[in-house]
Amino acid sequence: MNIVILGCGRVGATLALQLEEAGNSITVIDSRNDAFVRLGNKFRGDKVLGNGVDEEVLRRAGIEKADAFAAVTNGDNRNIMASQIAKEIFNVKKVVCRIYDPLRETTFKELGLETISPTILISNLVADAIIGKQQTASTQQQGK
Amino acid sequence: MYIIIGGGGDVGYYLTQNLLRQGHEVLLLEKDNARFQNLSEELDQSVFKGDACEAITMEEAGARRADAVIAVTGEDEDNLVICQMAKKRFNVARTIARLNNPRHEQLFMKLGIDVTVSPTKSILSLIESELPGQRFVLLMTLKRAGLELLEMSVPPLSSVVGKQLNQINLPRRSNIALIIRGDEPIAPDGEVRVEANDEIYALVNREGEEELRRTFGTA
Repeated sequence: MNIVILGCGRVGATLALQLEEAGNSITVIDSRNDAFVRLGNKFRGDKVLGNGVDEEVLRRAGIEKADAFAAVTNGDNRNIMASQIAKEIFNVKKVVCRIYDPLRETTFKELGLETISPTILISNLVADAIIGKQQTASTQQQGK
Repeated sequence: MYIIIGGGGDVGYYLTQNLLRQGHEVLLLEKDNARFQNLSEELDQSVFKGDACEAITMEEAGARRADAVIAVTGEDEDNLVICQMAKKRFNVARTIARLNNPRHEQLFMKLGIDVTVSPTKSILSLIESELPGQRFVLLMTLKRAGLELLEMSVPPLSSVVGKQLNQINLPRRSNIALIIRGDEPIAPDGEVRVEANDEIYALVNREGEEELRRTFGTA
């Protein structure tokens, strides 16, 4: 698959390497040059320096041929806007968006965006770790 | 009306003042503490400290009973999220967003933002109309009517020079609104004869624009 990733922070870089390892063709976008250092020497994909909500930058990153787009910058609003551009303007089939704020995540999930909230996930995992396995089933129910 | 404004920069501030003066109930949301302190000295209860993108802030601001939410921060992505949250989560009837990058207009409209205002675009139009030699300028678009307001300067060699308005074939759904000759405004009666260098203000839909250009010889 051709995949475009917006955001080369820890998650973006890890994701890029992981997906490339799995045999996909990756392009990473970040607004800061030094962010690409996180990709290391082994990364064979493309790096695009630019603003992820700018259509020209997305085009340069190959979004028109992309099978998937992931927005994992540290800004919820940037991720939300970029994901919607990918979905509504470029019709990318698979769009995944990281949103830290649980309330925003709920709203945009209802609007049809595929979203992942680290806040909720981590809270669930840590709660499980603290409360223990015997409570796991009911905790997970509540988390859902 | 009860209006919530997101973004306490200059635009937000002057907008708040103006709307208050017009008698509306307004709440300006500003997230930066220093700026908020500054604003509250002048605006008192009409400004609230908080991030308009946060649902909790909007809840506290009474977004549910707001008639309109206006997002005028300096970042298009923030303005987008403010308006989408307002509409989807709080059922606000009217959402208005400032667009810093005019190229985002299509996206905003697609996502259901009611009105977008691009200062860049407006200023560009105004500057264009001041430039010498520009014979044809799009001044503004009336979105709901699907019409454009055009300013045309009639070239001396145009075939319409000397013709009466009622002798000129105008495209359908178009209309001459006003003629300025020298400094004089002239009402567009059918018998008015077009002269070289007349400034003609016309309303036309997008399809008719090309035809209008050709007719008035400004193509």
